[in-house]
Amino acid sequence: MNSYEHSVCLDLSKCTGCTTCVTHCPTEAIRIKDKHAVINADRCIDCGQCIRVCPHQAKRAHYSKIEAMDAFKWKIALPAPSLYGQFENLDDVDYVLQGLLDIGFDEVFEVAAAAELVSAYTRRYVSRPDVKKPIISSACPAVVRLIGLRFPSLYENVFPMLPPMEIAASLAKERAAKAHPELKPEEIGVCFISPCPAKVSYVTQGFGSYQSRVDVVVSMQDVYAHLIGVMKREEAPTPVSHSGMIGVSWATTGGEASAIFNDSYLSADGIENVIDVLDEIETGKLPQVEFIELNACDGGCVGGVMAVENPFIARARLQTLRRYLPVSQNFPEEEDKTAIPDSFFFGERPTFEPITRLSDSIIESLHMMSEIQRLTEELPGLDCGACGAPTCRALAEDVVRGHTGLDDCIVRMYEQMRAEKEARTPKNPPVK
Amino acid sequence: MSDNALRFHFDVDGENFTSAGQASVKIKKSLRELGVDAETIRRVSIAMYEGEINMVIHANGGDADVIVDERGIEIILSDHGPGIANIDQAMQEGFSTAPDNVRSLGFGAGMGLPNMKRYTDDMTIESVVGEGTTIRMRVNF
Repeated sequence: MNSYEHSVCLDLSKCTGCTTCVTHCPTEAIRIKDKHAVINADRCIDCGQCIRVCPHQAKRAHYSKIEAMDAFKWKIALPAPSLYGQFENLDDVDYVLQGLLDIGFDEVFEVAAAAELVSAYTRRYVSRPDVKKPIISSACPAVVRLIGLRFPSLYENVFPMLPPMEIAASLAKERAAKAHPELKPEEIGVCFISPCPAKVSYVTQGFGSYQSRVDVVVSMQDVYAHLIGVMKREEAPTPVSHSGMIGVSWATTGGEASAIFNDSYLSADGIENVIDVLDEIETGKLPQVEFIELNACDGGCVGGVMAVENPFIARARLQTLRRYLPVSQNFPEEEDKTAIPDSFFFGERPTFEPITRLSDSIIESLHMMSEIQRLTEELPGLDCGACGAPTCRALAEDVVRGHTGLDDCIVRMYEQMRAEKEARTPKNPPVK
Repeated sequence: MSDNALRFHFDVDGENFTSAGQASVKIKKSLRELGVDAETIRRVSIAMYEGEINMVIHANGGDADVIVDERGIEIILSDHGPGIANIDQAMQEGFSTAPDNVRSLGFGAGMGLPNMKRYTDDMTIESVVGEGTTIRMRVNF
């Protein structure tokens, strides 16, 4: 996966080489080298934690500007349901959808609507007797990547269904092509309005053999700034929204899982909690549940680093917004109540090189680990981060892997210098 | 044990019930880094967990040593607790001498030793009443 291009990136001019991101990265993917942060692309999961904690705004997400849509004749906006939670005193989703048309989109296709179809098919999938349980949601790309890299034994449990964003993109293109036969397929562009960098990477990199149907990903913050200027509350908007309670609830943790309509589920958010839950599942200590929803961000997608509002405020707003919505407004068309169309599944999964493993050979691993243990003992154990690694243990591992030397530890250097100085200085005669 | 053997040592704190089970979490992380398969890790961490809990409940803590080499994993748990008077009886499912205060937490179901045996390839118990207990378990690759 060396070629994996991440949305999370660094602004060199702003990075001071402080170690805030290094110590907060859940996969220990960041080191300080030559006075600035360096992200290890093989380990990064695009969770956005470093963007959230960087005191200098040196970490940021790479995404397209809304002008990138000018390349298309017919522009379709795909708002993530989390967008609806960003606005104060909003009592109708249609104001947002009208706003998107007013800022230049020709059409809107709600990701929340696609999410309701995904939920309907998820219910069918969960009731199949032959699927591997617990099924772990694949909607959060940061979680899927985390599983591939750190929990390879659970990779088979990842739900092979495409996320609502992709279903929305396909359906939106189909709908537009049917309504406007004069348009060539390449003239129709779909633009996802994203709360997080993980979705940006998903679109640019694809997922295994699956190529994303989304053409452009823009930041929710950018779109928010455009919308605020045009959203008029005086007149009632044209009623176009076609999503219900289930679709809107996908924006927050528990929305996806509760839509399977049985109590046998677990939902968790926040990357540290997600790691804990995966640890428990791997050990087999988890109570029997059929479906597991895991979101890297606190609160769910509303907690994405490209969202505007605090996730818990956004969640409270969504509660108000969905109060009088029908449960769902989107339903599968098939006669067969167990069918799931092939187009809802992704193909081959990407392969990951697990990051937890020291070496492919157990003997080699044992040698490396005893060396790591030995070096860790030699280090001061302060986990100060001054060497550029998050912990003394991580520095020891970097040394054993051949990435750097023990001299990176300035505390150890200082102690050596002091010892040398003491050795050079003749002992003073005892003072009487 | 071969030259490649790697040893981990943990002090199991008998005073602090809330920290019981920490050693099995740590060993699980190390085994994953060594590239041990998930099923083996699961077996080791369950057996280790049960043993740790036992030492905390019955023996006021003790020592846990885990030795890993290319053939498998050996777990040695030793304590200076009251010892086990009748090992055959202790190995029976459902037999327990756990006090009521830990039963209310869901422990003391009498499944600890049977589970340790079930999840390992080999288990031996040496125990002297009034002196202590040493349990050795092996999980082979």
